Amino acid sequence: MRNIFAFLAGGLFGAGLFISGMTDTAKVQGWLDIFGDWDPTLAFVMGGAMIPMAIAWVLRNRRSSPVLGGSFPPAPPQRIDRTLVTGSVMFGFGWGLVGLCPGPSVASLSYGGVSHWVFFAAMVAGMALTPVLRRALDRQAATA
Amino acid sequence: MEQDWIWGLIGGLLIGTGGAVYLLANGRIMGASGIIGGLVDGTARDTKWEKLAFLAGVFLLPIIIFPVYSDIDTHVTDNWAVLIAGGLLVGIGTRFANGCTSGHGVCGMSRLSLRGFVATVAYIMAGGIGVILFRHLLGVI
Repeated sequence: MRNIFAFLAGGLFGAGLFISGMTDTAKVQGWLDIFGDWDPTLAFVMGGAMIPMAIAWVLRNRRSSPVLGGSFPPAPPQRIDRTLVTGSVMFGFGWGLVGLCPGPSVASLSYGGVSHWVFFAAMVAGMALTPVLRRALDRQAATA
Repeated sequence: MEQDWIWGLIGGLLIGTGGAVYLLANGRIMGASGIIGGLVDGTARDTKWEKLAFLAGVFLLPIIIFPVYSDIDTHVTDNWAVLIAGGLLVGIGTRFANGCTSGHGVCGMSRLSLRGFVATVAYIMAGGIGVILFRHLLGVI
């Protein structure tokens, strides 16, 4: 049952990304490019997505546990640290460079062609490398 | 096209509904980088199948609705160096930041998470600077 609902949620996410045009790298880069022919679509996508999600957070507070059991995720940490900011800046550069973020990179695999697979493979490699990088940075910090 | 923003809004509502289902039914935060990354680095453990089912939905739904649209061009670059550099930056960056556009942006900001706002401002500013730098100054994209 959990897998069925996860598939349903992923399907809604994938369909939404497709319909909104967020797998079109020109629309994403067009939104980021304030000195070019600015494309406002992404703001509508983000705003539209936050409406049901905000309602979901209100409903979450009225329940003690998720519908399918288990527990809700703990309250988010509010600590703003260097890894949050440097990580987000790195992500932003890559996002601007190609026009794809993790969600759309999966949603576009079936029809985007070989370039999307190359991007996806590099992204997965980066994710696999992260624990190694993290350990190396921690070691460096410990010896410094 | 003039109606692009309407499709953006409809698509956005679907994305948010997906996030709402994942939170209220499964009790999880819909963050694409966390879902993919958890499978890649092995931290998913007992949530592995749930994450794979989610990604299967993300991957398959566009195939089902794709035939409705005649010509879809993702306008993606065919420069492999740019694709690999971008992919590595997105992969490493989102894992260090612990979230991307869906986790920090859609899910984080809608619950008024400070980290969500800080991350979103950081990646949008970096993305904007990146496009200006790589497109207008260096001309590589």
